[in-house]
Amino acid sequence: MAEKKTFQRGKLAPVPSGAVIPERDLDKHPILECRRLGIDFGGLHAVQDFNLTIGRTEIAGLIGPNGAGKTTVFNLLTKVYQPTRGTILLDGMDTSGKTTEQINRMGIARTFQNIRLFNNLSVEDNVKIGLHNQEPYSLADAIFRLPRYWRQEKTAHERAMELLSIFDMQDLADHRAGSLPYGAQRRLEIVRALATNPSLLLLDEPAAGMNPSETTELMENIVKIRDTFQIAVMLIEHDMNLVMGICEGICVLNFGQVIAKGSPEDIQANPAVIEAYLGRKKEK
Amino acid sequence: MKKVNKATRKNFLTYALVIAAYGVLQSMVSSGSISSAMKGMLVPICAYVVMAVSLNLTVGVLGELSLGHAGFMSVGAFTGVTAAMALKGIVASAPLRLLIGMVVGAGFAAIAGVLIGIPVMRLKGDYLAIVTLAFGEIIKSIVTNLYVGVDENGLHLSMLTNKLDLGEGGRMIINGPMGITTIEKISTFTAGFLLVMVTLIIVFNLVNSRSGRAIMAIRDNRIAAESVGINITRYRMTAFVISAALAGAAGTLFAMNFSTIIASKFDFNTSILVLVFVVLGGLGNMLGSIIAAAALTILPEALRGFADYRMLIYAVILIIVMLTTNNKAVGDLLQKLLPGKKEEEESHG
Repeated sequence: MAEKKTFQRGKLAPVPSGAVIPERDLDKHPILECRRLGIDFGGLHAVQDFNLTIGRTEIAGLIGPNGAGKTTVFNLLTKVYQPTRGTILLDGMDTSGKTTEQINRMGIARTFQNIRLFNNLSVEDNVKIGLHNQEPYSLADAIFRLPRYWRQEKTAHERAMELLSIFDMQDLADHRAGSLPYGAQRRLEIVRALATNPSLLLLDEPAAGMNPSETTELMENIVKIRDTFQIAVMLIEHDMNLVMGICEGICVLNFGQVIAKGSPEDIQANPAVIEAYLGRKKEK
Repeated sequence: MKKVNKATRKNFLTYALVIAAYGVLQSMVSSGSISSAMKGMLVPICAYVVMAVSLNLTVGVLGELSLGHAGFMSVGAFTGVTAAMALKGIVASAPLRLLIGMVVGAGFAAIAGVLIGIPVMRLKGDYLAIVTLAFGEIIKSIVTNLYVGVDENGLHLSMLTNKLDLGEGGRMIINGPMGITTIEKISTFTAGFLLVMVTLIIVFNLVNSRSGRAIMAIRDNRIAAESVGINITRYRMTAFVISAALAGAAGTLFAMNFSTIIASKFDFNTSILVLVFVVLGGLGNMLGSIIAAAALTILPEALRGFADYRMLIYAVILIIVMLTTNNKAVGDLLQKLLPGKKEEEESHG
């Protein structure tokens, strides 16, 4: 059995809009604010009236039963889907009309529930692709192998190795990404997302398919990433040990609507959440 | 010690083999120990090698099926030859005229690549293949109906019928369905070899760079590529246009090896032939493309002894080679025989 670890979690405090973020982030602008966000697929309101505020260095959780619309929220934030209603403010800036690519440049990076790596490329190249906009040089620099190419490629290599070392994956650098074991692929996706230098990292079920000791290690690493890079992390997860262990603010979604928000303690005691997960108590 | 990765090693092997092949063939040409039929095929082989490598950039590296690659070759051939012929009195040196022709051919093919790329880059997979196929046919129709002449006032152009009114001493260059009939054969094996080398340098340096990684990322997983901030349209266009430009230069080289060239030489069959080189050589495998292009260009000539059954045997050999190269049992056997082979296979995934 993996030992149960405890993590330091920030206390939540309200911001002027009424939402809560960790106390330490109060003096800074929230990294993400969603206001009455919604999307319809045909006649189905997949997500409705979604309001959320995330602090600068908060680890936030998004939970809910299967089909509640959690991944849809991620797809709205990264503009894989364009929202039908509502606004998303990233660091106070409106993201309406932006593409997925522009959203990434603005500071949101993500991983995917069904892993999406560049399978035929090496682990190092996967990370270097994440560094695409961080170490730029032109096509002419590349074709004529000008000094700028060598310089930027060297920095990219060093940065890639440094990022891989977060998960102790330097030795795997030359392996083909598609040949890695499942857990390593999940970790590589996180490294690739981090390489884009985000201010908000979205993790879609990072612990799926991991055993308890791997999950504990992942929890440590998520906290370490937040502390080192001073970024916000928002994660979708079904593993309640992970969510309750490291998330500061938790948002519970059911049928596309937020049914509860607050600290892990609040969520665990919330009757609406218990009902959504376990069903209604029988009347005696 | 600085580590040289597998991809770099393979690239240097490719350069070395191409240079060695050139050295051997060139010395055979100068010592006269090569048949005249074979000698006449050296330039077309170089042109097809460039075609195969450039198509491999679209099909193998970018992962999009293009069925109109001969269209770009055609654009390059007719514009490049026109440029070289128009400059005949002005630029004395034949190699320089050929070079200018190739640059012009590549330039016009690149422009065609951008024009066709704008609608095509909105499409994926099968749809893209069909549109490129249609493009190849459009180019053929346009060139068949094009009349270009030159006199002291410069170039003259007309479509559908020959309405050119050339001045004293003027001459026709492109003569509608007759194509170009008075080409000065200035393509040489050395020029072809240099074009192959330039193509390889461009393609390898592109693939092993930030832009090349972005292109391969789009091929492997488009959604993930977008999510890490890669501009999908831009990099698909980059690969497509570079591929088109190289095909254009190959077209000029090819055309300037014959005295006559017509538009129907660059039809759908040629596009498919080049695609066969690429598939046979392996997607993304440039050395494979080179070997396949050279071997399959020589093969019909080598089979001349079989007279009427020549193309039948060609087809049978093609089927056998395709089946064996994709057969796992044969691959395993080869790996046992060649211990060093395994690593390289892996680097290509």
